[in-house]
Amino acid sequence: MRLWKIPDQVIRLAVLIVIALAVLIVVRLRFIPDSFGEIGHYRTDALKEQAALTLHYAGMQACIECHDDIGEMKAASYHRNLSCEGCHGPAFKHVDDPGEFSPAVAAGRIMCVRCHGYLASRPTGFPQIIEAIHNPVEPCTACHDPHDPTPPEVPEDCSACHAEIARTKAVSHHWSLSCETCHEASPEHRQSPRSFLPKKPTERAFCGQCHGNGSSSRESAPQIDLNEHGGRYLCWQCHYPHHPEGR
Amino acid sequence: MSKDLKRREFLARFIQLPCAAMVFGAVGTGDNKAAAEGPYRAEDHLYAMGIQVDRCIGCGLCAEACKNENNVLKEPYFFRTWIERYSIMMDGEAEVDSPRGGIGGFPPLEEGSEVMRSFFVPKLCNQCDKPPCVQVCPVGATFKTEDGVILVDESYCIGCRYCVQACPYGARYIDPRTLTADKCTFCYQRITKGLLPACVEVCPTQTRVFGELGTRSSPLHRMKRQSSIQVLKPAMNTEPKVLYSDLDGEVR
Ligand code: HEC
Ligand code: HEC
Ligand code: HEC
Ligand code: HEC
Ligand code: HEC
Ligand code: HEC
Ligand code: HEC
Ligand code: HEC
Repeated sequence: MRLWKIPDQVIRLAVLIVIALAVLIVVRLRFIPDSFGEIGHYRTDALKEQAALTLHYAGMQACIECHDDIGEMKAASYHRNLSCEGCHGPAFKHVDDPGEFSPAVAAGRIMCVRCHGYLASRPTGFPQIIEAIHNPVEPCTACHDPHDPTPPEVPEDCSACHAEIARTKAVSHHWSLSCETCHEASPEHRQSPRSFLPKKPTERAFCGQCHGNGSSSRESAPQIDLNEHGGRYLCWQCHYPHHPEGR
Repeated sequence: MSKDLKRREFLARFIQLPCAAMVFGAVGTGDNKAAAEGPYRAEDHLYAMGIQVDRCIGCGLCAEACKNENNVLKEPYFFRTWIERYSIMMDGEAEVDSPRGGIGGFPPLEEGSEVMRSFFVPKLCNQCDKPPCVQVCPVGATFKTEDGVILVDESYCIGCRYCVQACPYGARYIDPRTLTADKCTFCYQRITKGLLPACVEVCPTQTRVFGELGTRSSPLHRMKRQSSIQVLKPAMNTEPKVLYSDLDGEVR
């Protein structure tokens, strides 16, 4: 004799609820990732996974540890704000093992022109060049050190650009004459050679200053009769002025 | 099974993490906070990026470095960050182009085009404080971390594209390799080790400034003091953490 009999339907309901709860728990355990909801509505482990991704760029500080000479040079130059790996590419592996992996070393002009080529959209004041006329053919590094790109001193001496003529003259009978004796060159010629061309002698009388009979401006210059010698031809049609003895 | 593999892979990575940190410490990056101050604590940080538009030269190194650092597909449809060139025409129309996202630099403007002014604008995920993408995610695969970065849990994302649609800045895409959403993480793997995001690291003109909000010593603080700050699409009320200075009114 029992006082209270639990009705069948209640028992069945209870069993159902227990089963439902069990299923729910299993489903939760199975499908909700371990670390879900620890901090927010997401998997905490996802943060750790993100933070553990492989690095490719080591950062400039790392490079300077070993390449301190280049680092110092660059830090005092126009390129102080440039990252090593901007030009050399990602180099984390190189930092890990410098013997095994070498970073790229770009030669040529494209790498520099990417930043310095003239574009109307670039901020005014940023140093830009027109690639086609800024000393074409030669790689930029022929004149600019990439780690200290200060433009080279504009040459004072004509020989910097007219090396062959200078060499020829230097060993000729005209070795003692400076270029300016015969060419009046403005200083601008050194910066924009083709826009400011120097003068060249135009008439026989010019050579006659030294070589004409009776001229006294140069004792050692052999003399000729300006009216006779060479007829009406210009002197440099027979004598190369930078090497006059070769006829 | 694949799930097991994932977990094992993950465990392996988890073990690698402290090792990587140690290797890093040995190499000795100058400001390696992780090594100096113990484990990384997200709640101590609140990251943001500044973009000084008037300095950008459009070299595209940032977009390139981003792809290198984060294994983003090289095809020109997938970008976590990219550069846009704005050209304001004589008639006031604004034209925008971004060939290959700016990677490799920009070609000269078309000859004879009547451009009044022109400039470059780097773009990326704005790491919104009120991110619409997080709101629409049906499974909680994209979320805002305590340090203010919006991340995607690749193993949890179902690739439904709601977030791609919801982002007002077009900063998300579906990675065809995993069929999951992908976007800028501020290089989470770098910033948690005290390094700069790759795009900031390679920027030659300090157009990109990275730092923490609310820290006075942060370079971001200086930028905010020196110039007027705007954000993109302020009307959307997303409260971006990518701050632009000297932004032209035409930029959208
Ligand atoms: C652990 C010391 C170390 C660190 C850190 C380091 N390097 Fe080097 N690097 C070397 C050594 C040693 C060589 C010479 C290797 C050789 O000649 O094969 C070298 C060579 C180079 C070269 C010339 C490669 C060539 O082919 O001539 C470049 C470029 C370079 N490093 C760039 C970098 C950059 C960029 C970084 C920073 C990401 C960096 N290095 C960090 C040690 C280091
Ligand atoms: C503007 C781009 C640029 C930047 C920035 C730059 N490099 Fe270079 N680097 C070059 C180029 C170009 C060469 C090749 C020079 C040559 O061919 O004469 C080179 C050569 C080198 C070499 C090998 C030759 C040498 O001079 O010893 C090393 C090592 C090197 N760079 C390291 C560095 C490091 C370290 C940094 C950062 C502190 C750095 N570079 C930053 C462009 C750059
Ligand atoms: C990543 C972009 C970048 C690259 C690549 C780059 N530069 Fe520069 N360069 C700069 C910046 C930025 C400055 C500093 C401009 C300033 O002071 O406003 C600069 C300054 C210069 C200057 C000084 C200009 C002046 O004001 O007189 C020269 C010269 C120069 N670079 C040459 C080169 C050469 C040569 C290369 C290739 C080896 C090169 N640059 C590669 C960004 C770059
Ligand atoms: C034959 C030597 C030479 C070569 C090669 C060369 N430059 Fe120059 N560069 C100079 C000289 C000289 C100046 C200074 C000219 C001046 O002051 O007007 C200069 C100036 C510059 C300037 C500063 C311009 C300015 O307005 O301040 C930049 C930038 C520059 N060069 C970049 C480059 C780049 C990029 C390359 C490769 C594409 C390159 N240079 C190749 C000699 C050279
Ligand atoms: C920066 C390099 C440079 C320097 C320095 C330089 N020149 Fe020139 N010079 C040139 C170039 C380039 C030309 C044009 C060559 C050509 O058109 O084939 C030229 C042309 C000339 C010519 C020929 C003019 C003509 O009408 O054909 C003369 C003469 C000359 N230079 C004399 C001088 C003298 C004298 C000096 C020294 C005061 C000098 N140059 C220094 C680069 C230079
Ligand atoms: C004795 C006078 C004299 C001297 C000294 C002299 N030149 Fe000339 N140079 C000339 C004459 C004359 C010409 C014209 C030749 C012609 O038109 O065929 C000339 C032509 C040139 C030209 C044009 C290209 C060529 O080869 O014809 C260059 C460049 C030049 N000189 C450079 C120099 C330089 C550089 C020096 C110094 C190293 C120098 N010259 C010294 C007389 C001189
Ligand atoms: C400033 C004076 C001066 C001018 C101007 C001058 N020369 Fe001379 N030249 C000399 C002197 C000095 C010598 C002899 C050098 C020596 O042999 O020691 C000489 C030698 C010569 C020689 C002789 C070479 C030999 O075989 O002995 C010839 C030819 C010559 N010059 C041609 C010219 C021509 C052509 C011009 C005009 C373009 C010219 N010179 C302008 C001073 C000058
Ligand atoms: C038609 C060609 C021609 C022309 C033009 C010419 N010369 Fe000559 N010149 C020669 C020849 C050939 C010699 C060698 C003759 C000799 O050794 O007697 C010579 C020799 C010389 C000598 C060397 C004389 C010596 O005693 O060694 C001088 C100086 C000279 N010429 C200067 C000039 C001057 C100055 C001019 C212009 C006014 C000029 N020449 C025009 C062909 C020419």
